[in-house]
Amino acid sequence: MEWFEYLSFGDSGWGDELASGLGITLSLALVSLPIGLALGFAVAAASVSERPVPRIIAFFFTTTIRGLPELLTLFIIYHGVGLLISKTLKWFNPEAGFFELSPFVAGAVALGLVFGGYSGEVLRGAWQALDKGQQEAAQAIGMNRLQIFRLIEFPQMLRLALPGLGNLWINLLKDTALVSVIALSDLMRIASVAVGATKKPFLFFLTVCLIYWVICIFFEWCIAKMEKRANRGIRAS
Amino acid sequence: MFELLINYGPKLLDGAVMTLQLTFISVSIAGLLSLPLAILRRSKNILWQWPIRLYVSFFRGTPLLAQLFLVYYGSGQFRPELTELGLWWFFRDPYYCALLTFALNSTAYQLEILRGGLQAVPYGEVEAGVALGMPRRLLYQKIILPHTYRIAFPALGNEIILMLKGGAIASVITLLDVMGHTRRVFSQTFDISVYLWAALIYLVITTVFVLVWRLLERRLTRHMFYQRDIKRITPVEATSTKMEASNVN
Repeated sequence: MEWFEYLSFGDSGWGDELASGLGITLSLALVSLPIGLALGFAVAAASVSERPVPRIIAFFFTTTIRGLPELLTLFIIYHGVGLLISKTLKWFNPEAGFFELSPFVAGAVALGLVFGGYSGEVLRGAWQALDKGQQEAAQAIGMNRLQIFRLIEFPQMLRLALPGLGNLWINLLKDTALVSVIALSDLMRIASVAVGATKKPFLFFLTVCLIYWVICIFFEWCIAKMEKRANRGIRAS
Repeated sequence: MFELLINYGPKLLDGAVMTLQLTFISVSIAGLLSLPLAILRRSKNILWQWPIRLYVSFFRGTPLLAQLFLVYYGSGQFRPELTELGLWWFFRDPYYCALLTFALNSTAYQLEILRGGLQAVPYGEVEAGVALGMPRRLLYQKIILPHTYRIAFPALGNEIILMLKGGAIASVITLLDVMGHTRRVFSQTFDISVYLWAALIYLVITTVFVLVWRLLERRLTRHMFYQRDIKRITPVEATSTKMEASNVN
């Protein structure tokens, strides 16, 4: 079978190259996730704050990030931040060379920012859905703010935010394909290289689509399991 | 920063027209296709249900960029066959390929949204229609569809915004939308401010769209606000201002 040969592992086929691309895709998503979640919690905390300044900052951040194409965010980080660091280095040391941000770091930061903007809204919704009486009860028995968050709010927020975060995770996985545009050798980029060498575009892009599809279906299944587990203490309505 | 705007501003605006055009056409095609497919998807016949399920799952489970490459570059593998069928002019053009991909992608998303909307129509309303002797077509026309679109409206707006932003990847297959012009200008000037102007254009488009969509939603759901306005008047107020109210009317 001719098609099978192109996808085989080893010197003649592209199977091992595609697998390494898949590794980069997955590791990029896994690195972006904690960045995005941390940012999301910070944004959510700022937008439920009683002071207006953090609230306004959070509002502007989420509106901007959610209004920009992910590709544009990626370019702003990749070119913009790279240039900014170069200029700062030049300012301190005029002989410093041109600093180029690695595509992986730029991709992780950009995808983290996007995830942070969207998850901030999801987490804020979950935070505000909690019963205020619980917070008051915790204060009445002398818990401090951190304890209230860690022991009472956080576990419940996870349950409420899980469906939204699950969707964002799937989106994040799909958005990793964009980093191929800034020349990071992820799954998508490897497929383009393979197409250039073999002139079989349909075969490789279809394979890549199927790989993404399988990954998404797998994680959808995982998220459904997690939701089931998170809701095990809740009476079905 | 402003110098750049004077030199390249018109190009960015050309790009904005292209972006709006791509989004509008593909979302409209998807809007037309999604409704019949959503209704078919709800039928109990697995011959209808499963192909549509697979279609939705595929287009929602793969990156738009991969879909675009599959259509635009992938069609090149079948060039002789497509030329024979007289379809090559279509797949050769990146504009048509982008339209086709975006329309297919948006159809999948809109279909799911409409399916949710159809499901959320209270069954009592349909039963009431049946009790009045309405035929199936009239049921859809007068009861199910107006309510479905009212429920689905905010989600459809979100999907249109996602399409608008997702459309930026058309620049990767050499289309000159906002993103395409921006990348070209950046490669000529190495001035990052062009990205900020592009960001501003996208933010203005999305903000205006959100406001317009909210107005439309308010118009579609005006019967609900009407009730809320009435409830605000307490019985005491209502009786005490009865005279004045009748004078005004």
